[in-house]
Amino acid sequence: MGGAEILFQGETISRLLSGLMVTIRISLVSVAISIPVGVVVGIAMSSRHLLVRAVLRAILEFVRVMPQLVLLYVVFFGSATAFGLDLSGEAASVIVFSLWGAAELGDLVRGALASIPPIQYDSAYVLGLSRMQTFVHIILPQALARLMPPTMNLVSRMVKTTSLCMLIGVVELIRVGQQIIDFNRFQYPTGALWVYLAIFVMYFLVCWPLSIASRRLERRWAA
Amino acid sequence: MDWGFIAKYAPLYAVAAQVTLFVSLWGIVAAMLVGLVVALVIHAKVPVMRQVASAYVELSRNTPLLVQLFFLYFGLPKVGVTLPAEACAIIGIAFLGGSYMSEALRGGLESVAAVQEESALVLGMAPGQSFVHVVLPQALVAAVPALVANVIFLIKESSVVSGIALADLMYLTKDLIGLYYDTSEALLMLVIAYAIILIPVSVAGTVLERRLDHGRG
Repeated sequence: MGGAEILFQGETISRLLSGLMVTIRISLVSVAISIPVGVVVGIAMSSRHLLVRAVLRAILEFVRVMPQLVLLYVVFFGSATAFGLDLSGEAASVIVFSLWGAAELGDLVRGALASIPPIQYDSAYVLGLSRMQTFVHIILPQALARLMPPTMNLVSRMVKTTSLCMLIGVVELIRVGQQIIDFNRFQYPTGALWVYLAIFVMYFLVCWPLSIASRRLERRWAA
Repeated sequence: MDWGFIAKYAPLYAVAAQVTLFVSLWGIVAAMLVGLVVALVIHAKVPVMRQVASAYVELSRNTPLLVQLFFLYFGLPKVGVTLPAEACAIIGIAFLGGSYMSEALRGGLESVAAVQEESALVLGMAPGQSFVHVVLPQALVAAVPALVANVIFLIKESSVVSGIALADLMYLTKDLIGLYYDTSEALLMLVIAYAIILIPVSVAGTVLERRLDHGRG
């Protein structure tokens, strides 16, 4: 079972942490894009235009039914053939995760908007607010507050999903781990065990607090 | 679009889809069993075991499947445990899915009103009988929507088994793109293959939910 020293020699830990930073960066950028896009999508899905709703639903269902890895392949390999674009793995990942996050959030926003009781609208109109004012000042804030728990949940799912980026060549946490294992192949033959264990623990330490926070908020809303 | 290429390689996609289905199916069956045991342990508040089960749920839900697979496939052989890639994939999906299934089942168990069990006991059933014949059937029905969502989730997650060199749909697609550069055709077949697998599951799930709902209402 020896070989755990690989984790404490030289730059192993600091390199793994820099890999983790790439993982977190991709997740945060994707979430930052998903939130505004998701809100717009959710509002558009509550639209009265049948065509808008039908087109959006078709796109969202496609994004949500396909495995994220399939979407990554389509964007990463497909963009070159279809548009002659040379996207980096990281750019392709951010595009896919933003799209996926916006689809997930869009559906949540639609649900949250639908959950606001009609009396909220009626009361605002009675007070003389216009339709636009009612929506921006009364409805939207209440809907967005309900979205906090699922959004935190989305961040944690986003972090876990970034592990797929290494399959299209992005040098993130897992890929850095592989480099460390390969580099130390002869000095630490059992390195793979310890490095993957360390990566497992690192993902857990990032995602676990997010799940706990999301659960706490959810309970507070339920109470 | 090169239709000749599609016609030529479509049979390979059928073979690769079988690999995807094989690991997903056995992984899901194993995940259901793990989930049932974990849900029962947590629901029945078995001392010590319950803490172990909760720790497992947290570990499994907060780590990516790909890392779990790499640990099983590349890490464990270093301590003398060498498993074939198929076994690693099925164990990985069971480890990940077990926690999701247990949460779904636990939600179902909690939705059954306490009066159901009390009534069964009053009618003279043993605690075991009341659980198997009264509580569990109702809990399973209530859990169906969540269970179906998990089945779809796990089939999608199985796409990462290409990372441990299993020749599934993802692996074949990357292979064909690398060999022939017929990127659009290979990607189109990939998307269609997953649509053929996932859409019927999703539709069947909706139909099942509606039918069960009707039975309850």
